[in-house]
Amino acid sequence: MSSPMPSPLANDLVDAIREKSLWIRRRSFRMVYEAQLGHPGGDFSAADILATIYFGVLRFDPRLPADPARDRFVMSKGHCTGAFYATLAAAGYFPEAELATYMKPLSRLNGHPNRTYLPGIETNTGPLGHGLPVAIGIAIAGQIDHAGYRVFVLTGDGELQEGSNWESALTAGHRKLDNLVLIIDRNRLQQGARTEDTAGLDPLDDKFRAFGWEVVMLDGHDPAALLETLSLPRQGRGKPLCVIANTVKGNGVSFMRDNVAWHHGVPNKEQFEQAMRELVP
Amino acid sequence: MSVDTAAGAGLFDCRDAFSRTVESLAESDPRVVTVVSDSVGSSKLVNFGRRWPERMVNVGIAEQTLVAVGAGLANGGKIPFVSAASSFLTSRALEQIKADIAYSNVNVKLVGQSSGVAYGELGPTHHSIEDLAWLRVLSNLTVIVPSDPWETEQAIRAAAALDGPVFIRMSRMPVPAVPRHTQRFEIGHAEVLSEGSDLAIICNGVMVHRALAAATALRAEGIGARVVNMSTISPLDETEIIAAAGTGAILTVEEHSVRGGLGSAVAEIVTSHDPVRVHRMGFPGFLPTGSAAWLFEHYGLTAGGIVRAARKLVRSN
Repeated sequence: MSSPMPSPLANDLVDAIREKSLWIRRRSFRMVYEAQLGHPGGDFSAADILATIYFGVLRFDPRLPADPARDRFVMSKGHCTGAFYATLAAAGYFPEAELATYMKPLSRLNGHPNRTYLPGIETNTGPLGHGLPVAIGIAIAGQIDHAGYRVFVLTGDGELQEGSNWESALTAGHRKLDNLVLIIDRNRLQQGARTEDTAGLDPLDDKFRAFGWEVVMLDGHDPAALLETLSLPRQGRGKPLCVIANTVKGNGVSFMRDNVAWHHGVPNKEQFEQAMRELVP
Repeated sequence: MSVDTAAGAGLFDCRDAFSRTVESLAESDPRVVTVVSDSVGSSKLVNFGRRWPERMVNVGIAEQTLVAVGAGLANGGKIPFVSAASSFLTSRALEQIKADIAYSNVNVKLVGQSSGVAYGELGPTHHSIEDLAWLRVLSNLTVIVPSDPWETEQAIRAAAALDGPVFIRMSRMPVPAVPRHTQRFEIGHAEVLSEGSDLAIICNGVMVHRALAAATALRAEGIGARVVNMSTISPLDETEIIAAAGTGAILTVEEHSVRGGLGSAVAEIVTSHDPVRVHRMGFPGFLPTGSAAWLFEHYGLTAGGIVRAARKLVRSN
Protein backbone atom coordinates (compact mmCIF):
# COMPACT_ATOMS: atom_id res chain seq x y z
CA MET A 1 0.00 0.00 0.00
CA SER A 2 1.45 3.34 -0.99
CA SER A 3 1.71 5.86 1.79
CA PRO A 4 2.16 9.32 0.38
CA MET A 5 3.45 12.16 2.51
CA PRO A 6 0.47 13.84 4.15
CA SER A 7 -0.50 16.92 2.23
CA PRO A 8 -0.86 20.22 4.09
CA LEU A 9 -4.61 19.81 3.61
CA ALA A 10 -4.55 16.38 5.24
CA ASN A 11 -2.50 17.81 8.11
CA ASP A 12 -5.10 20.51 8.58
CA LEU A 13 -7.83 17.88 8.59
CA VAL A 14 -6.02 15.77 11.16
CA ASP A 15 -5.58 18.84 13.37
CA ALA A 16 -9.26 19.65 12.99
CA ILE A 17 -10.21 16.08 13.94
CA ARG A 18 -7.96 16.23 17.00
CA GLU A 19 -9.68 19.44 18.02
CA LYS A 20 -13.09 17.76 17.64
CA SER A 21 -12.12 14.68 19.62
CA LEU A 22 -10.82 16.85 22.46
CA TRP A 23 -14.11 18.76 22.42
CA ILE A 24 -16.06 15.46 22.39
CA ARG A 25 -14.14 14.24 25.43
CA ARG A 26 -14.63 17.47 27.37
CA ARG A 27 -18.29 17.85 26.44
CA SER A 28 -19.24 14.20 27.04
CA PHE A 29 -17.49 14.19 30.41
CA ARG A 30 -19.48 17.24 31.43
CA MET A 31 -22.66 15.41 30.35
CA VAL A 32 -21.71 12.41 32.48
CA TYR A 33 -20.76 14.62 35.42
CA GLU A 34 -24.04 16.54 35.28
CA ALA A 35 -26.17 13.43 34.78
CA GLN A 36 -24.08 11.39 37.24
CA LEU A 37 -24.66 8.58 34.77
CA GLY A 38 -22.89 7.29 31.70
CA HIS A 39 -20.00 5.26 30.37
CA PRO A 40 -17.07 7.69 30.20
CA GLY A 41 -14.32 5.06 29.83
CA GLY A 42 -15.74 3.87 26.53
CA ASP A 43 -16.62 7.43 25.50
CA PHE A 44 -12.92 8.26 25.71
CA SER A 45 -11.64 5.17 23.91
CA ALA A 46 -14.05 5.87 21.04
CA ALA A 47 -13.71 9.66 20.84
CA ASP A 48 -10.95 9.77 18.19
CA ILE A 49 -12.70 7.15 16.07
CA LEU A 50 -16.01 9.05 16.19
CA ALA A 51 -14.32 12.37 15.42
CA THR A 52 -12.43 10.88 12.45
CA ILE A 53 -15.52 9.23 11.00
CA TYR A 54 -17.83 12.24 11.33
CA PHE A 55 -15.35 14.98 10.46
CA GLY A 56 -13.10 13.21 7.97
CA VAL A 57 -14.80 10.23 6.38
CA LEU A 58 -18.61 10.08 6.44
CA ARG A 59 -20.61 11.69 3.63
CA PHE A 60 -23.73 13.11 5.25
CA ASP A 61 -25.89 16.20 5.47
CA PRO A 62 -27.44 16.73 8.92
CA ARG A 63 -30.30 18.60 7.28
CA LEU A 64 -31.16 15.46 5.26
CA PRO A 65 -30.82 12.62 7.77
CA ALA A 66 -32.93 10.26 5.64
CA ASP A 67 -31.08 10.94 2.37
CA PRO A 68 -30.99 7.51 0.69
CA ALA A 69 -27.48 8.21 -0.63
CA ARG A 70 -25.95 9.05 2.77
CA ASP A 71 -23.13 7.01 4.21
CA ARG A 72 -24.37 5.18 7.30
CA PHE A 73 -22.76 5.04 10.71
CA VAL A 74 -24.13 2.48 13.18
CA MET A 75 -23.17 2.92 16.83
CA SER A 76 -23.23 -0.62 18.12
CA LYS A 77 -21.64 0.27 21.46
CA GLY A 78 -24.84 2.09 22.30
CA HIS A 79 -23.90 2.67 25.93
CA CYS A 80 -21.31 5.26 24.86
CA THR A 81 -23.93 7.91 24.20
CA GLY A 82 -21.88 10.62 25.88
CA ALA A 83 -19.38 10.65 23.04
CA PHE A 84 -21.97 9.73 20.39
CA TYR A 85 -24.44 12.52 21.24
CA ALA A 86 -21.63 15.08 21.55
CA THR A 87 -20.43 13.99 18.10
CA LEU A 88 -23.92 14.21 16.57
CA ALA A 89 -24.41 17.69 18.04
CA ALA A 90 -21.02 18.81 16.72
CA ALA A 91 -21.98 17.36 13.34
CA GLY A 92 -25.09 19.54 13.29
CA TYR A 93 -27.88 17.03 13.88
CA PHE A 94 -29.28 18.92 16.86
CA PRO A 95 -28.33 21.98 18.94
CA GLU A 96 -25.40 21.57 21.28
CA ALA A 97 -27.50 23.09 24.08
CA GLU A 98 -29.64 19.94 24.08
CA LEU A 99 -26.68 17.92 25.38
CA ALA A 100 -27.46 19.44 28.78
CA THR A 101 -30.63 17.30 28.90
CA TYR A 102 -28.65 14.02 28.75
CA MET A 103 -30.71 11.29 30.49
CA LYS A 104 -33.04 13.83 32.11
CA PRO A 105 -36.78 12.93 32.19
CA LEU A 106 -38.33 13.06 28.71
CA SER A 107 -35.02 14.04 27.08
CA ARG A 108 -34.42 12.93 23.51
CA LEU A 109 -30.99 11.93 24.79
CA ASN A 110 -31.84 8.55 26.32
CA GLY A 111 -29.12 6.50 27.95
CA HIS A 112 -29.00 4.51 24.72
CA PRO A 113 -29.66 5.95 21.25
CA ASN A 114 -33.17 5.95 19.78
CA ARG A 115 -33.66 6.74 16.09
CA THR A 116 -37.25 7.86 16.69
CA TYR A 117 -36.08 10.54 19.15
CA LEU A 118 -33.12 12.06 17.31
CA PRO A 119 -32.01 12.48 13.69
CA GLY A 120 -28.75 10.86 12.66
CA ILE A 121 -29.32 7.57 14.47
CA GLU A 122 -29.70 4.60 12.12
CA THR A 123 -30.93 1.94 14.56
CA ASN A 124 -31.66 1.69 18.26
CA THR A 125 -28.86 0.00 20.14
CA GLY A 126 -28.03 -0.73 23.75
CA PRO A 127 -28.12 -4.49 24.03
CA LEU A 128 -24.76 -5.62 22.67
CA GLY A 129 -24.20 -7.43 19.40
CA HIS A 130 -26.98 -5.63 17.53
CA GLY A 131 -25.15 -3.06 15.41
CA LEU A 132 -23.10 -5.29 13.13
CA PRO A 133 -25.95 -7.47 11.83
CA VAL A 134 -28.13 -4.41 11.19
CA ALA A 135 -25.23 -2.69 9.40
CA ILE A 136 -24.85 -5.82 7.29
CA GLY A 137 -28.52 -5.54 6.28
CA ILE A 138 -27.94 -1.93 5.21
CA ALA A 139 -24.86 -3.00 3.24
CA ILE A 140 -26.86 -5.76 1.53
CA ALA A 141 -29.50 -3.19 0.51
CA GLY A 142 -26.68 -1.10 -0.97
CA GLN A 143 -25.32 -4.17 -2.74
CA ILE A 144 -28.74 -5.00 -4.24
CA ASP A 145 -29.16 -1.42 -5.47
CA HIS A 146 -25.54 -0.95 -6.56
CA ALA A 147 -25.70 2.17 -4.40
CA GLY A 148 -22.54 4.13 -3.70
CA TYR A 149 -22.98 4.59 0.03
CA ARG A 150 -20.70 2.98 2.60
CA VAL A 151 -21.72 1.52 5.94
CA PHE A 152 -19.54 1.99 9.03
CA VAL A 153 -20.23 0.26 12.31
CA LEU A 154 -18.43 0.75 15.62
CA THR A 155 -18.48 -2.06 18.16
CA GLY A 156 -16.74 -2.48 21.46
CA ASP A 157 -14.43 -5.45 21.94
CA GLY A 158 -16.13 -7.11 24.91
CA GLU A 159 -19.26 -6.89 22.78
CA LEU A 160 -17.72 -9.40 20.39
CA GLN A 161 -18.44 -12.09 22.96
CA GLU A 162 -22.05 -11.93 21.72
CA GLY A 163 -22.64 -14.71 19.18
CA SER A 164 -24.77 -12.53 16.91
CA ASN A 165 -21.57 -10.79 15.74
CA TRP A 166 -20.04 -14.03 14.57
CA GLU A 167 -23.06 -15.42 12.75
CA SER A 168 -23.44 -12.10 10.95
CA ALA A 169 -19.68 -11.82 10.27
CA LEU A 170 -20.02 -15.12 8.44
CA THR A 171 -22.80 -13.66 6.30
CA ALA A 172 -20.82 -10.47 5.55
CA GLY A 173 -17.78 -12.45 4.44
CA HIS A 174 -19.90 -14.83 2.38
CA ARG A 175 -21.62 -11.95 0.59
CA LYS A 176 -18.32 -10.10 0.01
CA LEU A 177 -19.75 -6.84 1.38
CA ASP A 178 -17.00 -4.43 0.39
CA ASN A 179 -19.25 -1.47 1.21
CA LEU A 180 -19.05 -2.42 4.88
CA VAL A 181 -16.44 -1.29 7.42
CA LEU A 182 -16.42 -2.60 10.98
CA ILE A 183 -14.33 -0.67 13.49
CA ILE A 184 -13.61 -2.44 16.76
CA ASP A 185 -12.82 -0.20 19.71
CA ARG A 186 -10.20 -2.59 21.10
CA ASN A 187 -9.65 -1.14 24.56
CA ARG A 188 -9.28 -4.61 26.08
CA LEU A 189 -11.55 -3.84 29.03
CA GLN A 190 -15.15 -4.87 29.43
CA GLN A 191 -17.50 -3.91 32.24
CA GLY A 192 -15.98 -6.13 34.89
CA ALA A 193 -12.48 -7.11 33.83
CA ARG A 194 -10.03 -7.46 30.94
CA THR A 195 -11.45 -9.13 27.84
CA GLU A 196 -8.57 -11.59 27.78
CA ASP A 197 -9.30 -12.61 31.39
CA THR A 198 -13.02 -13.02 30.71
CA ALA A 199 -13.53 -14.72 27.34
CA GLY A 200 -10.39 -13.95 25.37
CA LEU A 201 -10.74 -12.57 21.84
CA ASP A 202 -7.15 -12.80 20.56
CA PRO A 203 -6.07 -13.40 17.90
CA LEU A 204 -8.91 -11.18 16.74
CA ASP A 205 -7.38 -10.39 13.35
CA ASP A 206 -7.04 -14.07 12.47
CA LYS A 207 -10.64 -14.68 13.43
CA PHE A 208 -11.96 -12.03 11.05
CA ARG A 209 -9.59 -13.10 8.27
CA ALA A 210 -10.89 -16.64 8.65
CA PHE A 211 -14.42 -15.27 8.24
CA GLY A 212 -13.50 -13.72 4.88
CA TRP A 213 -12.71 -10.17 5.99
CA GLU A 214 -9.81 -7.88 5.21
CA VAL A 215 -8.23 -6.77 8.47
CA VAL A 216 -6.24 -3.66 9.39
CA MET A 217 -4.85 -3.04 12.87
CA LEU A 218 -4.03 0.50 13.88
CA ASP A 219 -3.78 2.96 16.75
CA GLY A 220 -7.35 4.05 17.44
CA HIS A 221 -6.16 7.31 18.95
CA ASP A 222 -4.27 8.34 15.80
CA PRO A 223 -6.63 10.27 13.52
CA ALA A 224 -4.09 10.24 10.68
CA ALA A 225 -3.95 6.44 10.69
CA LEU A 226 -7.74 6.15 11.01
CA LEU A 227 -8.26 8.67 8.23
CA GLU A 228 -5.91 6.89 5.87
CA THR A 229 -7.52 3.48 6.36
CA LEU A 230 -11.14 4.60 6.47
CA SER A 231 -10.78 6.81 3.40
CA LEU A 232 -9.45 4.10 1.09
CA PRO A 233 -11.94 3.18 -1.64
CA ARG A 234 -13.50 -0.17 -0.83
CA GLN A 235 -15.48 -0.88 -3.98
CA GLY A 236 -14.10 -3.84 -5.85
CA ARG A 237 -12.09 -5.17 -2.88
CA GLY A 238 -14.50 -8.09 -2.63
CA LYS A 239 -14.32 -8.24 1.17
CA PRO A 240 -15.72 -6.36 4.14
CA LEU A 241 -13.09 -4.45 6.11
CA CYS A 242 -12.45 -4.96 9.81
CA VAL A 243 -10.42 -2.23 11.47
CA ILE A 244 -9.08 -3.29 14.84
CA ALA A 245 -8.50 0.06 16.50
CA ASN A 246 -6.24 -0.44 19.49
CA THR A 247 -7.37 2.02 22.11
CA VAL A 248 -7.13 2.74 25.82
CA LYS A 249 -10.27 2.96 27.89
CA GLY A 250 -10.47 6.35 29.57
CA ASN A 251 -7.77 7.71 27.27
CA GLY A 252 -7.02 11.39 27.90
CA VAL A 253 -7.41 11.50 31.67
CA SER A 254 -4.63 10.09 33.83
CA PHE A 255 -6.73 8.53 36.59
CA MET A 256 -9.18 6.94 34.13
CA ARG A 257 -6.64 5.42 31.74
CA ASP A 258 -6.99 1.67 31.38
CA ASN A 259 -8.98 1.56 34.61
CA VAL A 260 -11.98 -0.78 34.60
CA ALA A 261 -13.67 1.25 37.33
CA TRP A 262 -14.39 3.94 34.72
CA HIS A 263 -16.55 1.71 32.52
CA HIS A 264 -19.58 3.36 34.06
CA GLY A 265 -17.87 5.29 36.83
CA VAL A 266 -18.98 8.90 37.23
CA PRO A 267 -16.80 11.75 38.45
CA ASN A 268 -17.15 13.80 41.61
CA LYS A 269 -16.40 17.54 41.53
CA GLU A 270 -12.66 17.14 42.11
CA GLN A 271 -12.32 14.41 39.51
CA PHE A 272 -14.31 16.44 36.99
CA GLU A 273 -12.14 19.50 37.52
CA GLN A 274 -8.96 17.43 37.35
CA ALA A 275 -10.13 15.92 34.04
CA MET A 276 -10.91 19.35 32.60
CA ARG A 277 -7.38 20.48 33.51
CA GLU A 278 -5.94 17.48 31.68
CA LEU A 279 -8.19 17.59 28.62
CA VAL A 280 -6.47 20.50 26.91
CA PRO A 281 -4.65 20.77 23.59
CA MET B 1 -53.81 -22.58 -8.85
CA SER B 2 -53.48 -26.30 -8.59
CA VAL B 3 -50.93 -26.08 -5.77
CA ASP B 4 -53.63 -24.60 -3.58
CA THR B 5 -55.61 -27.79 -3.68
CA ALA B 6 -52.59 -29.97 -3.02
CA ALA B 7 -53.58 -29.88 0.65
CA GLY B 8 -56.76 -31.77 -0.17
CA ALA B 9 -60.11 -31.16 -1.80
CA GLY B 10 -61.41 -27.80 -0.63
CA LEU B 11 -58.49 -27.34 1.70
CA PHE B 12 -55.71 -24.82 1.32
CA ASP B 13 -52.18 -24.27 2.57
CA CYS B 14 -52.00 -20.57 3.48
CA ARG B 15 -48.29 -20.52 2.61
CA ASP B 16 -49.32 -20.71 -1.04
CA ALA B 17 -51.32 -17.52 -0.63
CA PHE B 18 -48.35 -15.96 1.17
CA SER B 19 -45.81 -16.72 -1.54
CA ARG B 20 -48.21 -15.86 -4.37
CA THR B 21 -49.02 -12.49 -2.77
CA VAL B 22 -45.40 -11.61 -2.03
CA GLU B 23 -44.52 -12.41 -5.65
CA SER B 24 -47.40 -10.26 -6.85
CA LEU B 25 -46.18 -7.37 -4.67
CA ALA B 26 -42.60 -7.86 -5.86
CA GLU B 27 -43.70 -7.61 -9.48
CA SER B 28 -44.92 -4.06 -9.03
CA ASP B 29 -42.67 -2.84 -6.21
CA PRO B 30 -38.89 -3.29 -6.50
CA ARG B 31 -38.52 -2.50 -2.79
CA VAL B 32 -40.05 -5.86 -1.85
CA VAL B 33 -37.39 -8.38 -0.86
CA THR B 34 -37.44 -11.62 1.11
CA VAL B 35 -35.06 -12.66 3.87
CA VAL B 36 -34.71 -16.28 4.90
CA SER B 37 -32.57 -18.45 7.16
CA ASP B 38 -32.26 -21.53 4.96
CA SER B 39 -36.07 -21.46 5.12
CA VAL B 40 -36.73 -21.14 1.38
CA GLY B 41 -38.75 -24.32 0.82
CA SER B 42 -40.59 -24.21 4.14
CA SER B 43 -41.60 -20.63 3.31
CA LYS B 44 -42.66 -21.67 -0.20
CA LEU B 45 -40.30 -19.06 -1.63
CA VAL B 46 -38.48 -21.30 -4.12
CA ASN B 47 -40.20 -19.57 -7.00
CA PHE B 48 -39.48 -16.10 -5.60
CA GLY B 49 -35.79 -16.98 -5.42
CA ARG B 50 -35.89 -18.25 -8.98
CA ARG B 51 -37.52 -15.07 -10.25
CA TRP B 52 -35.51 -12.56 -8.22
CA PRO B 53 -32.35 -14.23 -6.93
CA GLU B 54 -30.78 -10.89 -6.03
CA ARG B 55 -33.85 -9.95 -3.99
CA MET B 56 -33.84 -13.04 -1.80
CA VAL B 57 -31.32 -12.77 1.03
CA ASN B 58 -30.51 -16.12 2.61
CA VAL B 59 -28.38 -15.47 5.70
CA GLY B 60 -28.02 -19.13 6.60
CA ILE B 61 -29.24 -20.71 9.81
CA ALA B 62 -28.85 -17.58 11.88
CA GLU B 63 -32.10 -16.10 13.19
CA GLN B 64 -30.56 -13.13 15.02
CA THR B 65 -28.85 -12.08 11.79
CA LEU B 66 -32.04 -12.83 9.86
CA VAL B 67 -34.09 -10.32 11.83
CA ALA B 68 -31.34 -7.69 12.13
CA VAL B 69 -30.60 -7.89 8.39
CA GLY B 70 -34.32 -7.24 7.85
CA ALA B 71 -33.98 -4.06 9.92
CA GLY B 72 -30.92 -3.04 7.90
CA LEU B 73 -32.67 -3.67 4.59
CA ALA B 74 -35.54 -1.43 5.74
CA ASN B 75 -32.95 1.27 6.54
CA GLY B 76 -31.74 0.87 2.95
CA GLY B 77 -35.28 1.54 1.67
CA LYS B 78 -36.47 -2.03 1.17
CA ILE B 79 -39.72 -3.67 2.29
CA PRO B 80 -38.35 -6.95 3.63
CA PHE B 81 -40.50 -10.01 4.28
CA VAL B 82 -38.48 -11.95 6.83
CA SER B 83 -39.68 -15.51 6.76
CA ALA B 84 -38.69 -18.42 8.98
CA ALA B 85 -40.18 -21.07 11.24
CA SER B 86 -42.15 -19.16 13.84
CA SER B 87 -40.66 -21.05 16.78
CA PHE B 88 -37.09 -20.05 15.90
CA LEU B 89 -37.88 -16.62 14.46
CA THR B 90 -39.75 -15.45 17.52
CA SER B 91 -37.81 -17.04 20.35
CA ARG B 92 -34.21 -17.21 19.12
CA ALA B 93 -34.35 -13.66 17.80
CA LEU B 94 -36.72 -12.12 20.33
CA GLU B 95 -34.26 -9.41 21.40
CA GLN B 96 -33.67 -8.46 17.75
CA ILE B 97 -37.46 -8.28 17.24
CA LYS B 98 -37.74 -6.09 20.33
CA ALA B 99 -34.78 -3.74 19.77
CA ASP B 100 -34.08 -3.72 16.02
CA ILE B 101 -37.66 -4.03 14.77
CA ALA B 102 -40.31 -2.94 17.30
CA TYR B 103 -38.40 -0.39 19.40
CA SER B 104 -36.60 0.97 16.34
CA ASN B 105 -40.05 1.03 14.67
CA VAL B 106 -38.83 -0.02 11.23
CA ASN B 107 -40.68 -1.16 8.14
CA VAL B 108 -40.09 -4.91 8.41
CA LYS B 109 -42.62 -7.69 7.89
CA LEU B 110 -41.89 -10.78 9.97
CA VAL B 111 -43.56 -13.97 8.80
CA GLY B 112 -43.65 -16.80 11.32
CA GLN B 113 -44.07 -19.97 9.29
CA SER B 114 -45.42 -23.35 10.36
CA SER B 115 -46.68 -21.80 13.57
CA GLY B 116 -48.67 -23.40 16.34
CA VAL B 117 -48.39 -27.18 16.57
CA ALA B 118 -48.00 -27.81 12.83
CA TYR B 119 -44.77 -29.69 13.49
CA GLY B 120 -46.72 -32.08 15.77
CA GLU B 121 -44.48 -35.04 16.53
CA LEU B 122 -41.30 -32.93 16.35
CA GLY B 123 -42.23 -31.66 19.78
CA PRO B 124 -42.29 -28.47 21.85
CA THR B 125 -38.93 -27.19 20.53
CA HIS B 126 -40.61 -26.90 17.14
CA HIS B 127 -44.07 -25.87 18.32
CA SER B 128 -44.76 -22.18 18.32
CA ILE B 129 -47.51 -21.75 20.88
CA GLU B 130 -45.84 -18.99 22.90
CA ASP B 131 -45.12 -16.58 20.02
CA LEU B 132 -48.24 -14.46 20.39
CA ALA B 133 -47.65 -14.06 24.13
CA TRP B 134 -44.21 -12.59 23.71
CA LEU B 135 -44.90 -10.57 20.58
CA ARG B 136 -48.21 -8.94 21.48
CA VAL B 137 -46.61 -6.99 24.34
CA LEU B 138 -44.12 -5.26 22.04
CA SER B 139 -45.11 -1.67 21.27
CA ASN B 140 -45.32 -0.63 17.61
CA LEU B 141 -45.53 -4.24 16.38
CA THR B 142 -48.74 -5.19 14.60
CA VAL B 143 -49.55 -8.90 15.05
CA ILE B 144 -51.88 -10.69 12.62
CA VAL B 145 -53.10 -14.30 12.60
CA PRO B 146 -54.91 -14.98 9.33
CA SER B 147 -57.50 -17.74 9.08
CA ASP B 148 -57.49 -18.78 5.41
CA PRO B 149 -55.91 -17.99 2.02
CA TRP B 150 -58.08 -14.94 1.40
CA GLU B 151 -57.25 -13.39 4.75
CA THR B 152 -53.59 -14.31 4.32
CA GLU B 153 -53.44 -12.39 1.07
CA GLN B 154 -55.23 -9.42 2.64
CA ALA B 155 -52.89 -9.47 5.64
CA ILE B 156 -49.77 -9.58 3.47
CA ARG B 157 -51.03 -6.71 1.29
CA ALA B 158 -52.07 -4.64 4.31
CA ALA B 159 -48.69 -5.30 5.96
CA ALA B 160 -46.85 -4.15 2.85
CA ALA B 161 -48.96 -1.00 2.70
CA LEU B 162 -48.36 -0.18 6.36
CA ASP B 163 -45.17 1.77 7.07
CA GLY B 164 -44.16 -0.06 10.24
CA PRO B 165 -43.30 -3.43 11.76
CA VAL B 166 -45.73 -6.33 11.37
CA PHE B 167 -45.68 -9.97 12.44
CA ILE B 168 -47.86 -12.36 10.44
CA ARG B 169 -48.39 -15.83 11.84
CA MET B 170 -48.61 -18.40 9.06
CA SER B 171 -49.91 -21.91 9.40
CA ARG B 172 -49.01 -24.83 7.20
CA MET B 173 -52.08 -26.80 8.23
CA PRO B 174 -54.74 -27.23 5.57
CA VAL B 175 -57.77 -25.01 6.10
CA PRO B 176 -60.97 -24.43 4.13
CA ALA B 177 -61.90 -21.00 2.85
CA VAL B 178 -63.84 -19.23 5.60
CA PRO B 179 -67.33 -18.18 4.41
CA ARG B 180 -67.80 -14.43 4.65
CA HIS B 181 -70.72 -12.10 3.97
CA THR B 182 -68.47 -9.15 3.32
CA GLN B 183 -64.91 -9.35 2.16
CA ARG B 184 -63.28 -6.50 3.97
CA PHE B 185 -59.99 -6.76 5.82
CA GLU B 186 -58.63 -4.00 7.97
CA ILE B 187 -55.76 -4.26 10.44
CA GLY B 188 -57.08 -3.90 13.98
CA HIS B 189 -60.69 -4.66 13.06
CA ALA B 190 -62.25 -7.94 14.13
CA GLU B 191 -64.69 -9.67 11.85
CA VAL B 192 -68.06 -10.99 13.07
CA LEU B 193 -68.62 -14.15 11.05
CA SER B 194 -71.75 -15.42 12.75
CA GLU B 195 -74.35 -13.68 14.89
CA GLY B 196 -75.64 -15.03 18.18
CA SER B 197 -76.60 -13.71 21.58
CA ASP B 198 -75.99 -16.60 23.99
CA LEU B 199 -72.22 -16.41 23.92
CA ALA B 200 -69.36 -15.13 21.80
CA ILE B 201 -66.58 -17.30 20.46
CA ILE B 202 -63.48 -15.22 19.84
CA CYS B 203 -60.88 -17.01 17.77
CA ASN B 204 -58.33 -16.61 15.00
CA GLY B 205 -56.10 -18.55 12.63
CA VAL B 206 -56.81 -22.22 12.05
CA MET B 207 -59.43 -22.22 14.82
CA VAL B 208 -61.85 -20.00 12.90
CA HIS B 209 -63.32 -22.68 10.64
CA ARG B 210 -63.65 -25.02 13.62
CA ALA B 211 -65.46 -22.32 15.60
CA LEU B 212 -67.84 -21.73 12.69
CA ALA B 213 -68.62 -25.45 12.47
CA ALA B 214 -69.23 -25.44 16.21
CA ALA B 215 -71.58 -22.45 15.91
CA THR B 216 -73.64 -24.30 13.30
CA ALA B 217 -73.96 -27.32 15.60
CA LEU B 218 -74.82 -25.10 18.58
CA ARG B 219 -77.55 -23.35 16.60
CA ALA B 220 -79.20 -26.71 16.03
CA GLU B 221 -79.36 -27.05 19.82
CA GLY B 222 -80.82 -23.59 20.20
CA ILE B 223 -77.62 -21.90 21.34
CA GLY B 224 -76.73 -18.75 19.44
CA ALA B 225 -72.97 -18.24 19.19
CA ARG B 226 -71.49 -15.02 17.90
CA VAL B 227 -68.22 -15.95 16.15
CA VAL B 228 -65.60 -13.21 16.11
CA ASN B 229 -62.44 -13.58 14.05
CA MET B 230 -59.87 -11.56 16.00
CA SER B 231 -57.17 -11.86 13.35
CA THR B 232 -55.30 -8.79 14.55
CA ILE B 233 -54.16 -9.54 18.08
CA SER B 234 -52.20 -6.31 18.39
CA PRO B 235 -53.62 -3.69 18.24
CA LEU B 236 -56.75 -5.32 19.65
CA ASP B 237 -60.25 -4.42 18.54
CA GLU B 238 -61.45 -3.53 22.02
CA THR B 239 -64.86 -2.36 20.81
CA GLU B 240 -65.61 -5.78 19.37
CA ILE B 241 -64.46 -7.49 22.58
CA ILE B 242 -66.73 -5.30 24.69
CA ALA B 243 -69.59 -6.05 22.27
CA ALA B 244 -68.83 -9.77 22.60
CA ALA B 245 -69.03 -9.43 26.38
CA GLY B 246 -72.57 -8.17 25.83
CA THR B 247 -73.65 -11.73 25.06
CA GLY B 248 -72.89 -12.65 28.65
CA ALA B 249 -70.10 -15.19 28.08
CA ILE B 250 -66.95 -15.43 26.01
CA LEU B 251 -65.16 -18.50 24.79
CA THR B 252 -61.71 -17.86 23.34
CA VAL B 253 -60.21 -20.49 21.06
CA GLU B 254 -56.63 -20.37 19.88
CA GLU B 255 -53.84 -22.58 18.59
CA HIS B 256 -51.57 -21.22 21.29
CA SER B 257 -50.83 -21.60 24.96
CA VAL B 258 -53.77 -20.51 27.08
CA ARG B 259 -51.27 -18.38 28.96
CA GLY B 260 -50.59 -15.03 27.38
CA GLY B 261 -52.24 -15.32 23.97
CA LEU B 262 -55.59 -14.28 22.53
CA GLY B 263 -57.56 -15.51 25.55
CA SER B 264 -55.41 -13.51 27.93
CA ALA B 265 -55.64 -10.45 25.69
CA VAL B 266 -59.44 -10.71 25.64
CA ALA B 267 -59.57 -11.22 29.42
CA GLU B 268 -57.46 -8.09 29.96
CA ILE B 269 -60.08 -6.01 28.16
CA VAL B 270 -63.15 -7.73 29.58
CA THR B 271 -61.99 -7.40 33.19
CA SER B 272 -61.55 -3.66 32.72
CA HIS B 273 -65.20 -3.22 31.75
CA ASP B 274 -68.28 -5.21 32.82
CA PRO B 275 -66.67 -8.58 33.46
CA VAL B 276 -68.35 -11.68 32.10
CA ARG B 277 -67.02 -15.20 32.29
CA VAL B 278 -64.19 -15.88 29.83
CA HIS B 279 -63.29 -19.50 29.19
CA ARG B 280 -59.98 -19.90 27.40
CA MET B 281 -59.42 -22.85 25.08
CA GLY B 282 -55.91 -23.59 23.86
CA PHE B 283 -52.90 -25.65 24.81
CA PRO B 284 -51.77 -25.94 28.44
CA GLY B 285 -48.00 -25.68 27.86
CA PHE B 286 -45.30 -28.03 26.57
CA LEU B 287 -47.16 -30.81 24.80
CA PRO B 288 -46.65 -34.57 24.67
CA THR B 289 -45.69 -36.46 21.52
CA GLY B 290 -48.38 -36.60 18.89
CA SER B 291 -49.36 -35.46 15.43
CA ALA B 292 -50.91 -32.04 15.00
CA ALA B 293 -54.30 -33.67 14.36
CA TRP B 294 -53.94 -35.78 17.50
CA LEU B 295 -52.96 -32.76 19.59
CA PHE B 296 -56.01 -30.79 18.40
CA GLU B 297 -58.24 -33.77 19.22
CA HIS B 298 -56.58 -34.50 22.56
CA TYR B 299 -56.96 -30.92 23.81
CA GLY B 300 -60.48 -30.51 22.48
CA LEU B 301 -59.55 -27.92 19.88
CA THR B 302 -62.10 -29.30 17.44
CA ALA B 303 -65.62 -28.30 16.45
CA GLY B 304 -66.91 -30.93 18.89
CA GLY B 305 -64.66 -29.72 21.68
CA ILE B 306 -65.78 -26.14 21.13
CA VAL B 307 -69.44 -27.24 21.20
CA ARG B 308 -68.94 -29.01 24.54
CA ALA B 309 -67.12 -26.04 26.06
CA ALA B 310 -69.73 -23.59 24.76
CA ARG B 311 -72.62 -25.68 26.08
CA LYS B 312 -71.02 -25.88 29.51
CA LEU B 313 -70.27 -22.17 29.56
CA VAL B 314 -73.81 -21.15 28.60
CA ARG B 315 -75.42 -23.58 31.09
CA SER B 316 -73.23 -22.46 33.98
CA ASN B 317 -73.95 -18.83 33.28
